[in-house]
Amino acid sequence: MGIEQKLGDMGIVTLKLEQVVNWARTYAMWPMLFGLACCAIEMMSAQASHYDMSRFGMELMRPSPRQSDLMIVAGRVSRKMAPVLRRLYDQMPDPKWVVAMGDCASCGGVFNNYAIVQGVDEVVPVDVYVAGCPPRPEALIHGIVTLHEKVKGEHIKDWA
Amino acid sequence: MDEHLQSAVDALKERFAAQVSEFRGEVGLILLPERIVDACRALHGEFSFELLSEETAVDYWPQETPRFHVVYRVRSLRYNLILGLQVPLNGNAPTIPSIVDVYKNANWFERELWDMFGIRAEGHPDLRRILMPYDWEGHPLRKDYPLGYEEVAFSFNQKEIDDRKPFAKE
Amino acid sequence: MDQQPAATLSEASLDEIKHLVSNRAIEGDTVLLNMGPQHPSTHGVLRLLLELDGETVINVIPDVGFLHTGIEKNMEAKTYIKAAVMTDRIDYLNTVGNNFVYCLAVEKLADLDVPPRAQAIRVILTELQRIASHLVWLGTHALDLGAMSVFLYCFREREFILDILEMCSGQRMMGTYIRPGGLWRDVPVEFEAAVRNFLKIFPARIDEYDALLTKNAIFLVRTQKIGVLSPEDALDWGVTGPPLRASGVAHDLRKAQPYSGYEQYDFIVPTRTEGDTYARYLVRMEEMRQSVHIIQQAIDKLPFGPVRSNNRKYVPPPRAELASSMEAVIHHFKLWTEGFTPPKGSVYAAVESPRGELGVYLESDGSPKPYRVHWRTPSFVNMQILPVISKGVLVADLVALIGTIDIVLGDVDR
Repeated sequence: MGIEQKLGDMGIVTLKLEQVVNWARTYAMWPMLFGLACCAIEMMSAQASHYDMSRFGMELMRPSPRQSDLMIVAGRVSRKMAPVLRRLYDQMPDPKWVVAMGDCASCGGVFNNYAIVQGVDEVVPVDVYVAGCPPRPEALIHGIVTLHEKVKGEHIKDWA
Repeated sequence: MDEHLQSAVDALKERFAAQVSEFRGEVGLILLPERIVDACRALHGEFSFELLSEETAVDYWPQETPRFHVVYRVRSLRYNLILGLQVPLNGNAPTIPSIVDVYKNANWFERELWDMFGIRAEGHPDLRRILMPYDWEGHPLRKDYPLGYEEVAFSFNQKEIDDRKPFAKE
Repeated sequence: MDQQPAATLSEASLDEIKHLVSNRAIEGDTVLLNMGPQHPSTHGVLRLLLELDGETVINVIPDVGFLHTGIEKNMEAKTYIKAAVMTDRIDYLNTVGNNFVYCLAVEKLADLDVPPRAQAIRVILTELQRIASHLVWLGTHALDLGAMSVFLYCFREREFILDILEMCSGQRMMGTYIRPGGLWRDVPVEFEAAVRNFLKIFPARIDEYDALLTKNAIFLVRTQKIGVLSPEDALDWGVTGPPLRASGVAHDLRKAQPYSGYEQYDFIVPTRTEGDTYARYLVRMEEMRQSVHIIQQAIDKLPFGPVRSNNRKYVPPPRAELASSMEAVIHHFKLWTEGFTPPKGSVYAAVESPRGELGVYLESDGSPKPYRVHWRTPSFVNMQILPVISKGVLVADLVALIGTIDIVLGDVDR
C-alpha cells in the first residue's frame, strides 16, 4: 500500500493505523483452497457446522490464489506437487501467510522417503505449524488463532 | 479346487506349459513371457475371466534370474473365481508383451510398471511415467533404488538439514 | 514406443502429446485447457488436460501422481506392525477399511485366527466407515453441483461416526485400530450405546438428504443421462464398486467372497441398470441404508469373548501376564525388538471398500519386514473410465463426473 511507505514513522498516528490495519486483516482473512490429502478432510470438518471456521471470518474458501491471503497447506506435498505449490504461493498478492497444517506439511510426517517434501518450508515460508496427523479441527482453529495473534503484532512496514 | 477353475488351470497347463502352485487356498500359475497374451486371451474369452484385478511386479534383486516377477490377478464374476498368474523376467531392462488388447485397464497398470520398475510393455499405446514427475530418473520400486529418507538430525548434520529448508523462520 | 516417453507434459508442445489428442486439436480447431492440480472441484490434486470444442469436452487426459507418497516402498522398510500405521493414509476416507484389508492379508499369510467378537466389531467399524465415506462423497458431490447445504448436513452426521471411532482408537481418522489377530483393544463400555443412538437417528437423516436431492429438478437434470457407463465397458476397464453396480452387474465382494463373518448378516446389494450419474447416486444412498441394517444386526448379535488371537508369535501378551510368565516376557521382547515373521509366500486379500475392490498383494520372504506390498486400489482403476464416460459432455458435467466415480487421490497415487 502506498500510504505505508509515505507515512514513515509518525508515532501515534502509525500506531493506531497499524492496529486498525492488523485488525482488519485478521478478521477477514480468506483462506485458499489447498487441501491435498487427509488433512483436507479435517479442514473441511473445521469449515463445516460443528467446528465453524466462519466465526473467524473464513466463511468461504477461495480457489483462486489471487483472491486469498492465507494458504493452509493441508496434506502431504509430493515432489511433483512442490513446483505447483511454489507457483501458487507466488501468485498470491501481499500480505500473505502460510499455515502448515499437519505433520506432513510441517516436517514430512510419517513419510520419510523419496517422494515427499520433508516439510513445506523447503518451498514456501511458513508462519504457523499445526501438529497432528491429522490435527483435530480444534487444533487447526488454535493454529488460526495463533496466526491472528502473530498478525496483530506485525508492523505496517512489513508488507510495504 | 472348483471344477471350472480346475478346467481352466488344466487347459492352460497343457496349452501354455504353465506350472501350478497352491498356497493358502489360492491358485497360481507360472507362465513364460511369450505365452502371457495368449493365456490371457484364453482366460478372457473361453473361461469367462472378465475382470483384470491387478497387474504388478516384485523385484528380487540382487538375484538376477529371475530378477522380476510380474504378477497378474484375474477374476471371473460369472463363476466367482480368482486366479493369479506370474511371469518371471530376467535382467535389468526387461520387456513383457502388453495385454492391453485383452484387458483394457492394463493400460495404467503397465504404465506404473514402467514408472516404478522399468519394465517395458511391448505394444502399449502410451508408455509414459504416471506417478513420478515427468523428468524423474530411476525406477523407485526397484530394490537397488534407495529409500531416500532424511536422516535424524544430530548436531553434526543439523546445518546440512537446515540448509535444505531455506524458508523456515526461527 | 521407440523414443523417449513424452518428457514434460507440463510444458509439452503439441508434438509430444500428439498421440493422445484428436486430429482437430493439431489443426487448431479445438482448445487444449489445463484443469490444474488446484481447482475448486477436483477432490484432491488431480490434473486434467481437456480438449474442448467450445464448451463440449472431446477428450480428457488425466495426469495423476501429484500425491504419490511412496507408501509401497516405505512399507518394505518397516516391520509389519509399523507398516500398518501407513496403511490408514492410503485411502484416507476409508481408514478402517485399509487397516482391515492389510490385516486380512497378514492373517491369511500367517494362518492366524481371529476371534468372533473381533470379527463382529470389525464389521461394525467398517460399515460405519462406509457410511462416513459416502457422506463425504455426498457432501462434496452435491457441493460441486451447487447444493451447499447438503455438505454441511453430511459433515454434521459424520461427527457422530468420528466420535465413535475416537472412542475406540483415540483418533478421529487414522486410528490403526484393527491389528493382525484382532483389534488393538476391546471397545469401551460407551460404544454400544453410542452406536445404537447413531442407528436410531441416522435413517431419518438419509430421508432428509433424499428429500433434498432425489426428486430435485435441478439435480435430476444435472445427473440423469450424464456419464453413462455400459456394463461391457465397466467389465473391460475393470471397474468395481458402485459404478459397476449402477451399470447392472451385481458384484459385491461382501456377498461373492465373504470375509470376517459377512455371510451371517442379511443385506441386499443395490443394483441399477441405467449406469448414469443418477444411478450411482441412488446406489450409494441405498448402500448407506444397507450399512445401517448390517450394523443393527451385528450389534444385536455381538458375541462376548476375547478380541485378539491367542497366538503369541504374532499377538503380544496382555501386560498383566508379563509379571508371572517367562514365555510372555520372551514373546513380548521378540515382538517389540524384531517383530513377527510370517512364513514365506504370497497372498492376495480383498475387501469391498466404498469405492470398489480394495486389495493387498503381500509377499513375504520370511523376514520381519514385508518384502513387497502392492495395493490394488479401486480409485486407480476406476479413474481410467473418466475419458470413456466424458465424451461429449459439458465442462460443468465433467465436474459432476469426477465426483460420481468417487475418486480419492490418496488411493490413486498411493
